[in-house]
Amino acid sequence: MVQFRTRNGLAALIGTVAVLGAAGTALAEDRDPAYATARAAGQVGEQRDGYLGVVPGAPATVSAMVKDLNNRRRAIYTEKAAGKSTIEEYAFTTACRLILQTAPGEKYQGLDGSWKTRGAGAPERDPKCP
Amino acid sequence: MKFIELTKLRGAATTPSMIHGKPETAAVHANVRSGRRSVCVVLMGMLAVAPLGACVNVSAPDKPIVIELNINIRQDVIYKLAADAADTIEQNKDVF
Repeated sequence: MVQFRTRNGLAALIGTVAVLGAAGTALAEDRDPAYATARAAGQVGEQRDGYLGVVPGAPATVSAMVKDLNNRRRAIYTEKAAGKSTIEEYAFTTACRLILQTAPGEKYQGLDGSWKTRGAGAPERDPKCP
Repeated sequence: MKFIELTKLRGAATTPSMIHGKPETAAVHANVRSGRRSVCVVLMGMLAVAPLGACVNVSAPDKPIVIELNINIRQDVIYKLAADAADTIEQNKDVF
């Protein structure tokens, strides 16, 4: 604080911005713009197993992104399932929710395994979903 | 020269493979008598195989093979996890 007073106003402003930025990262971040774009474009879809899938025809950069996101998802499922269920069960339950939350136009995996485009109505979900 | 070589290697044309075989056996193919013998052998072979066709009947399944992915999913556990999973999605919006 003493440092801010001794320096000029610009330094204080930079310090304030840095503090606000740090506070922002502590909260849940929104999707990366590349991921959000790929979802909206139907290049990636929600699978029934709780992981993302690459819809045929998507560029190679999307595959790399999906692989990274799925690794992070697996880490979360593994951590959250500990002591409660198997990783597959936790991932499946999350998938039920994720498919329900898809926005119109986004892709999800139907009961036959094919990619479906979410419409205005309810998505096609596994009968085991809660 | 050619005749001797063929006789030496293959003998008379008694098998179907010699009729429908490589081009170098064309000389043998021209031998009418051997050709008849071979046709006879083929017919006998077909007659011998024909009854087996009725016994061994393998057909491809008309429906696609579906692999059940959710064998290890317990229904009671799924219901207990529902709220937990919803929280997890909210806390990790960047990944979901």
